[in-house]
Amino acid sequence: MELFRIKKDIPFMRHALIFNAISALTFVLAVFFLFSKGLHLSIEFTGGTVIEVAYSKPANIEGIRKSVESLGYTDNQVTNFGTAQDVMIRLPAKKGENSNEQSAAVLKALQQQDADVQLKRTEFVGPQVGDELAHDGLMALLFVVIGIVIYLAIRFEWKYAVAAIIANLHDVVIILGFFAFFQWEFSLTVLAAILAVLGYSVNESVVVFDRVRETFRDRRFGKLAVADVMNHAITSTISRTIITHGSTEIMVLSMFVFGGPALHYFALALTIGILFGIYSSVFVAAAVAMWLGVKREDMIKPIKEKDETDGAVV
Amino acid sequence: MNRYPLWKYILIVIALLFGVLYTIPNFFGESPAVQVSSGKSTLKVDSSLADRVSQVLQQGKLQTDGVAFENTGAQGTVRARFHDTDTQFKAKALLEQNLNTDPTDPTYVVAFNLVPNTPHWLQALHAFPMYLGLDLRGGVHFLMQVDTKAVINKRLQGLQASARSALRDKDIRYSGINRNGDSIDISFRDQDTLNKARDLLAPQLTEMLIQVAPPVAGGDPTLTASLKPEALKQIVDNGVTQNITTLSKRVNELGVAEPIIQRQGADRIVVQLPGVQDVSRAKDIIGRTATLEVRMVDESVTRGTETTAAVPFGSELFKVGKNAPVVLYKEPVLTGDYISSAAVSFDQNQQPAVSIDLNGDGGRKMRDATRGKVGKAMAIVLFEKGKGEVLTVATIQSELGSRFQITGMGSPEAAADLALLLRAGSLAAPMTIIEERTIGPQLGAENIKKGFDSTMYGFAVIAVFMVIYYMLFGFFSVLALSVNLLLLIAVLSTLQATLTLPGIAAIALTLGIAIDANVLVNERIREELRNGNSPQAAISIGFDRAWATILDSNVTTLIAGLALLIFGSGAIRGFAVVHCLGILTSIFSAVFVSRGFANLWYGRKKKLTSLSIGQIWKPNA
Repeated sequence: MELFRIKKDIPFMRHALIFNAISALTFVLAVFFLFSKGLHLSIEFTGGTVIEVAYSKPANIEGIRKSVESLGYTDNQVTNFGTAQDVMIRLPAKKGENSNEQSAAVLKALQQQDADVQLKRTEFVGPQVGDELAHDGLMALLFVVIGIVIYLAIRFEWKYAVAAIIANLHDVVIILGFFAFFQWEFSLTVLAAILAVLGYSVNESVVVFDRVRETFRDRRFGKLAVADVMNHAITSTISRTIITHGSTEIMVLSMFVFGGPALHYFALALTIGILFGIYSSVFVAAAVAMWLGVKREDMIKPIKEKDETDGAVV
Repeated sequence: MNRYPLWKYILIVIALLFGVLYTIPNFFGESPAVQVSSGKSTLKVDSSLADRVSQVLQQGKLQTDGVAFENTGAQGTVRARFHDTDTQFKAKALLEQNLNTDPTDPTYVVAFNLVPNTPHWLQALHAFPMYLGLDLRGGVHFLMQVDTKAVINKRLQGLQASARSALRDKDIRYSGINRNGDSIDISFRDQDTLNKARDLLAPQLTEMLIQVAPPVAGGDPTLTASLKPEALKQIVDNGVTQNITTLSKRVNELGVAEPIIQRQGADRIVVQLPGVQDVSRAKDIIGRTATLEVRMVDESVTRGTETTAAVPFGSELFKVGKNAPVVLYKEPVLTGDYISSAAVSFDQNQQPAVSIDLNGDGGRKMRDATRGKVGKAMAIVLFEKGKGEVLTVATIQSELGSRFQITGMGSPEAAADLALLLRAGSLAAPMTIIEERTIGPQLGAENIKKGFDSTMYGFAVIAVFMVIYYMLFGFFSVLALSVNLLLLIAVLSTLQATLTLPGIAAIALTLGIAIDANVLVNERIREELRNGNSPQAAISIGFDRAWATILDSNVTTLIAGLALLIFGSGAIRGFAVVHCLGILTSIFSAVFVSRGFANLWYGRKKKLTSLSIGQIWKPNA
């Protein structure tokens, strides 16, 4: 069985401009939603308390919300969690009040409203921890970006490094855009998923660039115009791209279906990342590299010569 | 060309063997056990208790699956394993009855526990199951912030008092001694006294940097003593360590099976109590304060007759602890609040001793109390939950000040233990809980099942797809992927990593990503066949060319993994460890092992005409 039967190189680069425009538009939209709606950060980042309670019969969400509000927590969220009997209450961090007081006060109020309530789980995160996590998350992102750029610059050339990172950061922003638009909860595991998928999609661009280099060095194809070389490289890797991403996605979907609420958003972030990863490494990375002006000489010229000719030629 | 030398096959077999050996401990499950640990600060559990426990169980005619002594950190424990929970319950009751003579004041903590059922021959190979994180087994998690400012403050107070008494002792007049932020300013009437003071203090206050402050017009000449940076670090370190020791002692009392009390970063402590559901009780015990008191021995009662003699009014009898029984005056000379540090040192005869520093008024109180009492005995008592325990009874050799030594320890270990107990009496510094999590055991079991299910079903679908799409080569890939999974779990088990739900997710994701390398190889081989290469050449070129790409792509994934490992904490770190290790094992299995399978199958066939790698479609055919 062979899924992909491609006779000629597909002229991806002919439409590069259109694809880049689409990318730019999605990117701008994502940024727009990020700023207008913002991320729905989990309490790991914001600090606060999560209280999970269970009732023996379907819970009265409105009533619970009212009792929580009566305590002065106007910024609360009361939602069903899993079943109709389970309720999750989120409270923002309050200065000068510790977790014990918060959860105890809430539980007392709930008991007054309905004696049949049972505390299942509490989680409290102090505000300083949240700030640190947000900081560490950004540092990790920075580390990944710089690390990948350096690696690709050494392995290939700076233009490829820049193209790959632009393509993949564009994925990251789009994932964040989705989380902002749908107000999905952005937690630490989602952050881990985003960084993992960043490394993973860069490897897709690496495969394409690897093929570009090989094609440039090839006797038959090497003489072609840059756009045709790109087309050839992408065409010859697309089957692999789709199959590997498909396999990874199978695993991710399996987590999405069987992993329960704890892995729900993790798998979701990975799914978006993988889908846009295919798109960006096929349509964005190569095109950006082309705009940056990669050429055959960059790839096959020994590095030593470059240093000698720099500035010495008058 | 497609043959491995023998050593490569041997290497694969060794890797497989390692994988199997270190993965299987995870499948033996756990058996009920009873854990006995010390309930007293002064009582150390050693291997002799194991004998005693087996003896007690034998007398009670209870069948055990083994009694073992284990030294985990500072506290030793004895664990007895049983066949069923019924015997476990009986054994707990029996042991409690026999080991603790006074039920109101237990000497040993007897608690239920679960012990892995790993066979002895595997344990001998250091093959143990992975440790399950709290999200998988349920329990309480606290992250505590140590108030380092308070630790430094306390120490500075102590040093200030020492400086004051040192100057008084030598009759050096100072006009003022004041705290100024993190340093102490001592001013004098004239330069001469200042010089004398500096010569006196410099060798005594080794933790401090003593400098002459820049002269102020109209002001007295002043010395500024500030903490040296290394001393500052040492003080914070000691404070955190001391808090950890105190916490361990208290947590031990909760009878938690395998508590984790670890330092995180410079000034944080993680406490994880698996299986504990009662958060408020755990908090009470962790936050409890113990007090230390120094008291004089009531000499009106002849030593040795304490238990029989009438205890005079104003005195009380202490039965527990070292040098007990002993009758002490009720009125304490001073309390533990005044002890700013206790450390192991050596006396003038080079015998191990414990040096104690007092802060604030402690020195003066001590001097008043010991003046004219040379030759009399003094005791230090630790009070916890309203019960006193004598830590030491010592004879006063001379009038004591804010810094004194307790000698006659016998061994350096005994000195270290006493110093630790003196310090551990109370927390070195106040702590606040900055993160708290409770996970029910039900939720933990659900999480394990969900994580396991997602990995299994995902793997199954990928396996079916690979075999259909790449035929025999797909089967090689699936085998390689299984080897990858096996190796990953084996490595995680040998490292005794803690498995969390994000960790399981990382295992699943790693498998999903690892298949990439196999697809790369298979596609490459197909392409070489398409270009008209012979099957043998196609295998060889396919693997060789794919290698560079596989390496490149895994390096970028590894960079992301490392970033998570360096900057991540908690849940993220669990994910990152598995992710990074998974990348390494997948390179090995996809490149080395799967080629091994291909070589083994096809390598010897000289007249190979076709490969079972699925249909090769040629554009021009």
